[in-house]
Amino acid sequence: MASPTASTAAHGADAVNTTHWFWGKLGWDIFPFYDPIILGTFIGTCLLGVAVVGAITYFRLWGYLWKEWFTSIDHKKIGIMYMILGVIMLVRGFADALLMRLHQALASAGYVGFLPAYHYDQVFTVHGVIMIFFVAMPFVTGFMNYVMPLQIGARDVAFPFLNNFSFWLTVSGAVLIMISLFVGEFAATGWLAYPPLSGLTFSPGVGMDYYLWSLNIAGIGTTLSGINLVVTLVKMRAPGMTWMKMPVFCWTTLCTNVLIVATFPVLSATLALLTADRYLGTHFFTNEMGGNPMMYVNLIWIWGHPEVYILTLPIFGIYSEIVPTFCKKRLFGYTSMVYATCVIMILSYIVWLHHFFTMGAGADVNSFFGITTMIISIPTGAKLFNWLFTMYKGRIHYELPMLWTVAFMLTFVVGGMTGVLLAVPPADYVLHNSLFLVAHFHNVIIGGVVFGIFAGINYWWPKAFGFKLHRGWGLVSFWGWVVGFWFAFMPLYILGLMGVTRRLSQFEDTFYGIYFLIALVGALMIGVGVLAFVMQIVVSIWKREELKVGDDPWGGRTLEWSTTSPPPYYNFAFSPRVYELDSWHHMKTEGAARPTKGFVPIHMPHYTSSGIVISGFMTVMGFALIWHVWWLAALTFFASLVWGIAHTFNYNRDYYVPAEEVRAIEAAGNTSIPAAE
Amino acid sequence: MTASLAGPAPEGGYQFYVTEDPHHHEGHDDHDEHHHETGTRLGFWIYLMSDCLIFGILFAVHAVLGTSYAAGPSPADLFEIDKILLSTFFLLFSSITYGFAVINMQQDKQRAMMLWLIVTGLFGGAFLVMEVLEFQHLWHLGAGPGASAFLSSFWILVGTHGLHVTCGSIWLVVLLVQVQMHGLTHENKRRIMCLSLFWHFLDLIWIGVFSFVYLTGVLL
Amino acid sequence: MWVFRIGLSLALFFSLSGCNLVVLSPSGDIAAQQGDLIVYATVLMLIVIIPVTALTIFFALHYKQSNEDAAYEPEWDHSVSLEIVVWAVPLAIIICLAGLTWVATHRLEPYDDLKRISEDTQIDPNVTPLEVQVVAMDWKWLFLYPEFGIATVNEAAAIVDRPVEWKITSATVMNAFYIPEMAGMIYAMAGMQTELNAVINAPGVYEGFSANYSGNGFSDMRFDFHALDEAGFEAWVKEVKDAPNTLDQHSYTELQVPTTAHDVTYFGTTEDGIWDKILNMCAGTNELCLNDMKMVDALGGGGLDGLYNRELFRGLCSADDPESLFLLLKPEHDPHKGEILSAVNHLPALPLAQSQPEAQN
Repeated sequence: MASPTASTAAHGADAVNTTHWFWGKLGWDIFPFYDPIILGTFIGTCLLGVAVVGAITYFRLWGYLWKEWFTSIDHKKIGIMYMILGVIMLVRGFADALLMRLHQALASAGYVGFLPAYHYDQVFTVHGVIMIFFVAMPFVTGFMNYVMPLQIGARDVAFPFLNNFSFWLTVSGAVLIMISLFVGEFAATGWLAYPPLSGLTFSPGVGMDYYLWSLNIAGIGTTLSGINLVVTLVKMRAPGMTWMKMPVFCWTTLCTNVLIVATFPVLSATLALLTADRYLGTHFFTNEMGGNPMMYVNLIWIWGHPEVYILTLPIFGIYSEIVPTFCKKRLFGYTSMVYATCVIMILSYIVWLHHFFTMGAGADVNSFFGITTMIISIPTGAKLFNWLFTMYKGRIHYELPMLWTVAFMLTFVVGGMTGVLLAVPPADYVLHNSLFLVAHFHNVIIGGVVFGIFAGINYWWPKAFGFKLHRGWGLVSFWGWVVGFWFAFMPLYILGLMGVTRRLSQFEDTFYGIYFLIALVGALMIGVGVLAFVMQIVVSIWKREELKVGDDPWGGRTLEWSTTSPPPYYNFAFSPRVYELDSWHHMKTEGAARPTKGFVPIHMPHYTSSGIVISGFMTVMGFALIWHVWWLAALTFFASLVWGIAHTFNYNRDYYVPAEEVRAIEAAGNTSIPAAE
Repeated sequence: MTASLAGPAPEGGYQFYVTEDPHHHEGHDDHDEHHHETGTRLGFWIYLMSDCLIFGILFAVHAVLGTSYAAGPSPADLFEIDKILLSTFFLLFSSITYGFAVINMQQDKQRAMMLWLIVTGLFGGAFLVMEVLEFQHLWHLGAGPGASAFLSSFWILVGTHGLHVTCGSIWLVVLLVQVQMHGLTHENKRRIMCLSLFWHFLDLIWIGVFSFVYLTGVLL
Repeated sequence: MWVFRIGLSLALFFSLSGCNLVVLSPSGDIAAQQGDLIVYATVLMLIVIIPVTALTIFFALHYKQSNEDAAYEPEWDHSVSLEIVVWAVPLAIIICLAGLTWVATHRLEPYDDLKRISEDTQIDPNVTPLEVQVVAMDWKWLFLYPEFGIATVNEAAAIVDRPVEWKITSATVMNAFYIPEMAGMIYAMAGMQTELNAVINAPGVYEGFSANYSGNGFSDMRFDFHALDEAGFEAWVKEVKDAPNTLDQHSYTELQVPTTAHDVTYFGTTEDGIWDKILNMCAGTNELCLNDMKMVDALGGGGLDGLYNRELFRGLCSADDPESLFLLLKPEHDPHKGEILSAVNHLPALPLAQSQPEAQN
């Protein structure tokens, strides 16, 4: 039955064509509240927002938050703020996942489902964008920010202000995406927004513009943060810490940030060209006038594949810290671990075409990229073996971080295997874009990255706050995620082998219903895991006195455990000097004692509000550009420019912490190391 | 089985903490500036490399789309190579004059340095004026960025470079004010060196634009 | 072939347990080979995966803190022989897999002619492949059968055991043409032609669909693919031919209006050269055809005039005597006629714009 009604048939149903000089495309019809789901979410979000704002106001916390957190350029606080952003966005992204699972379970069981295609398409797009850019990336960046400077014995990152600025730019992107839920629409193009679908002809609405400006702004932040962390690692390692005495997490951080610096500009350039197509009428990726959409697909994956390793490498680093710590044993094969990391970093650049074997590049090209992809599995396999042999002849303490790690090892191999399978071009011809592919990348991202994030949070939480996370709720979260994962994604593997493609909102027959139902059950279990994780944090904070631990609760091996938990804002009263790998372990075995006198003033940077203010302007600018409110865009652009220039006129950027203050703070003691004399 | 942990301790035993801050005693300003400067220099280099990648993408795109005229004009129909050559010389000279500024900075000749920077800025401004005139010319011909894929790529590549030069010029003016206010402090010197890198980098990119976009475009 | 047997029993297991794993047990030879490849590659990888998983579980249980009897060597962190194993075993597997990949990718290259009909049937050199031209539209599939001068929407048919040469393009955004029972997918892109050579070995009605998200009506962008015997196919062709509609530029323009779940439609006749126009994105419009545009570009562009008078170049490629048209294009190029002609000769090598006059009935 043909149904060419305007609202359901046209690409981008809500195209708003009129542009007012003052309001741009804004009008009363921009709120999608005709949709009960969005209306409900909106009311819920408003209530929550009012509650949070009210609580902050009631407890008079605005000043504290502004002075101690928002304007902070302390890498530890910024790291924690990244993690908070990640948790908030995880909840949002997971809600989208639940919507999809519920909808597909209904739609495949013979019901229409509750989401019209147009809404469903936005949900899967926003789920992908949020999970990659605003969940995984903030978590990973948060870890790198918090842990790496401590591990190399530094007092901060190389460019503390830039760090704050990068964070707020990321927030800016996240805010724009959140606004799109209630004001207008989001892109309905899939998370990588292939043109010509994402071009003006086929997506005339503001959804794509939300996508572009959100990622344009957040992308700048990520690049800047990458530069910052590379310089930190190169220039600020503690005396004696040669490259091969650096903890593995620092190595993976280095490789990750090199990847960031070398690939995010590609993303920025590519998205900028797509933006030009939509705003300036250019023809880079259009069907007409000589444009070439295939070029976009190539460019976006030249960024996109390394991005996979940007997410996984630091997480591999986290596992490499956790395994030796909880096996009470040195990491097996440190050198091969380092080389494996570097090899993965380099190889990740030359595999991008495996994301579109089906474009018809020819057998030679396809097999080349297929084989390079498989080669990546060699260093990855070596890493896995190294963790395995670290467990061998160890004494494994099953604290939460180690549980997550073992779950990762068992889950990740399956994802790795299906990944290599997809790298065989003829096999990819039948599995590409299928639910098998969806299952595969969730297998590596959840089984690899997400498990690692939880492992890392449980591992370093006592470092950051001085008390452990609650074990009971942690176990609930762990089992929810692990079991839920298998239930949610094994059916998708099978569905993929049954030839079911991804991103379907309607199904012809009810044959697949049972599999989608199992997947829904799995998603609900993961939901329990997510809730339990939130509960774990809440309960832990509630019972923080009971859960209080010393400065080095796990018997750590790297320098972050040599200072107090939480560390003082200057990290180390005295820079540590490094002689061996696992230098904190070395210090403990050699009976190091912390000095109790001879404190000297410590050079520290001032906090500044420039980062949050400029990012605030840029958020408004992004919003104005999305809605074609040109005057406001110009105004906020100049405001951020002027503020940025004004910031450079401030020469009074740093100060010295008096030796007396350092002495007073250090007098409180450090349980993990005896005092000298 | 490695015995790295049991490796020989250094003579005088392990000193696990840097218990004295040698830099503090020798006058902290010097050291901190020095330390920070190397970091800034490296960071700025990395930034330039990432920026270089953006241009790399734009060049690659131009390599793909550079002959997609959409049955419209080709470089031979559009470019006035003599004017482009002139603006190329403006930019090249501005790099040389920036070099003179840096030499003067190293000799702490603030006034001469500022003069050379002003000359640099004037050359940069002349370059920008030429570019705007060229864009205006193309626009009036109807060869805007939407006229063909080749023109899209041309406008965005050359325009992005032009935007960079604009940013560099604004930065230059800001620096002139700051040097006037604070003199040739370490911080200002560091900034001048960074802008110097940026400015030469833009020159380099322009040489690429001139040869690959204009010259090859017209010659082929 | 024990590998194959394991694969078969796996497939059997899944089909017994109630699901039809079409990817592993399809009805077309190409898809079957692709499915087998999945099984081979999986088995190869299981050589590493199973021991690793077993070791992980064993180590995780054996070396737990409470097991005081387990060996404990906190300083042991290196072993040359183990490191060699750790790198060499995956390397060996990947070398095998890479060889398999290289051979299989070349054997199953979708653009190449088929090498066999099925595992035990050779190609009959007297049988030409059935050419079907496919257009992905918003959100339906248009099929043209140049051999018979017919066209259909959302329904395709082919003869069992006769190779099919799908030539695929898109009138709109990117899609992927996929009949899981027959062969792997290939993208459909506007202004470009991709190819898929395949064969179906068992009669039946199979599902075909777009496997690349293309917008609002994507879920309903499906068609039935009928695998028929000779007689059945002839009857099908006759049925289509009896349909009164003609696929011409006008009806094509009507088809271009986005629709979801479009009815199966037959066109008994097709306009001459319509596929060429569809492929070059100028069917039913005044736009310059892509092949003409590429030709002009290859000749150095249309000059400033081209900005306003693009239609001047219309039909350049379809003219019988291109030489005369070049004079129209650029009189001043006359001395370079030789070069221009050689440029024209090179044109078919361009990735876009393939224009062969087809048998259009």
